[in-house]
Amino acid sequence: MALSSHAISNLVRRTRDFTERPRFAKGNVELWANLLIISWAAAFMLWQGVGFAITVSTVFAIWAILAVSLNLVVGYTGLLSVGHIGFFGIGAYAMAILSSDASYEQLRTEAIPTFGWPFFAALPISVVLAGLVAVVVGVAFNRFRDDIYVLVSFGFAVIAFNLFLNWRPLTRGAFGIHEIARPEIGGWTLSGPFEFLVLALVFLGIVVLISWFIVTSSFGRVLRAIREDEQAIEVFGYQTAHYKLAIWVISAMMAGLAGALFGSWTSFIDPNSFVLLESILLVSIVILGGLATIWGSILGAMAFVMLEEGMRFLPFLPPEFIGQARQVVLGILLVLLMLFRPQGLVGRFRL
Amino acid sequence: MTTEVDPRVFALETKAISKSFGAVRAVDDLSISIFSEWITCIVGPNGSGKSTLINLLSGMLPIDEGIVIIDTVGIRVLRAHETPEHGITRTFQEVRLFDQISVWDNIMVGLTERRLFPSLLERTKSRHEAKAEEILRSVGMWEKRDAMAGDLSYGQRKLLEIGRVMALDVKIYLFDEPFAGLFPRMLERVKAILKEMRQQKRTIIFVSHNMDIVRELSDHIFVLDSGALLAVGEVDEVLGRSDVIDAYLGH
Repeated sequence: MALSSHAISNLVRRTRDFTERPRFAKGNVELWANLLIISWAAAFMLWQGVGFAITVSTVFAIWAILAVSLNLVVGYTGLLSVGHIGFFGIGAYAMAILSSDASYEQLRTEAIPTFGWPFFAALPISVVLAGLVAVVVGVAFNRFRDDIYVLVSFGFAVIAFNLFLNWRPLTRGAFGIHEIARPEIGGWTLSGPFEFLVLALVFLGIVVLISWFIVTSSFGRVLRAIREDEQAIEVFGYQTAHYKLAIWVISAMMAGLAGALFGSWTSFIDPNSFVLLESILLVSIVILGGLATIWGSILGAMAFVMLEEGMRFLPFLPPEFIGQARQVVLGILLVLLMLFRPQGLVGRFRL
Repeated sequence: MTTEVDPRVFALETKAISKSFGAVRAVDDLSISIFSEWITCIVGPNGSGKSTLINLLSGMLPIDEGIVIIDTVGIRVLRAHETPEHGITRTFQEVRLFDQISVWDNIMVGLTERRLFPSLLERTKSRHEAKAEEILRSVGMWEKRDAMAGDLSYGQRKLLEIGRVMALDVKIYLFDEPFAGLFPRMLERVKAILKEMRQQKRTIIFVSHNMDIVRELSDHIFVLDSGALLAVGEVDEVLGRSDVIDAYLGH
């Protein structure tokens, strides 16, 4: 008995030595992560051709907007929200209802209100709507923190999904909404996938710029302090409830923007795109990339999209299992990450 | 001495404040008056309500009954985020720094804009930087400015927390056991900082169990026992009283 416990502790020590030994590589994990993911993405796209590259990049841009915006809440402010997909869905449904083709929609079994607005008219409304819902939800959530926060945001994701599914006079439930408008600038419709990609990347750029502006301001410093010790920062004269609400609403509006883009891009949405699982994948991306780093979230989104698309090409994997397999792989990756690099690929902070 | 402190000026008074946790009255009908620009010490056995009192005065716990008078203004509900406006700040018995941000940023949060929208637009200002440098140098943490606060040693954390409250330009400083667990050298440093702050006409209230330091620093002393005031007055006189000695050693 004594021998075996001794042996175990020895083993533990040796494993620890092993994980700590490669000091030469320690500072370079960030560099290697960057190089690996970017070159992987580039090689993949070159191999698969232009059409694939455009599709994958558009998916990436949307996930990246979501990840960067969620990181403002999870990474910078320390509020672990798994409800972000709800705001993504609100943005998408607002875009769908406001802009879908009225004549097409009324042919279908269930009539829903349609407005036939152009994309750029529906976009700001979608964003503002996500923001308004976030104000209400945020006020209710402000008293919670840590593990309770996870639970209540979980509740929000479930409620949002059920509203999308069951509020049929508005969303047509499981049938979904078709013919969502494509962006149009002065009579020129961005119908091609490449034009849409450019648009999505422009919006990603705007989101990144705004986020960067926020996190480098005094406001951003206060957010980090709230993450570390909310009560202590309050004694310094900051009304933390306001700060938490502000970043929550900003983040939700960005998610609403991503949702509106997503709706327009696929031109058809149904509730299945807004399930809780997507939200959890999103949190995984943020943690994978690194908390409280904007670049980390972009890199995390890139790694995630590449992982997902890359699985299509695994010869031994039947296509119908791809969806599940990506979750398994992402799950394993997360466990490994928490064990060996809890700060994420390029981050410095821990949950 | 030409500039004699007027002992009748009160920086802070409490009028019959109480705080209960369930059946326990942690602070029981307590009325104290803190002289402006003096160093006041609060002593008492463990569980006598010292930390609760500090928590009440810094708005971290709501006061059940009674009022606090700061600068002749009576305040019934003291909220934590409003305490700097009332001219109060505090340190914690268990050091509470912002661990995963730098020493530099720990100081900066004390200096920057408090209002929401202006703080969004505010970038680092040179007057803030100059002040932060001054504070970090005065607590001897300038070389450590880029380190994460969580990576510091215990003594350094204690010093940084004191530096952090120095960033707030307020009148009343509450220090909850600033000397606990410090090595002699650090101890001297903290003592020097407190004396320096007294010279700058700040009002200091501190909690300590170290009677040598209490004797050396305090102008005035309050002894608490079971949430109530046991003794008050000049240090040597109070610490010599038999009921005070009993409270500490008796039970």
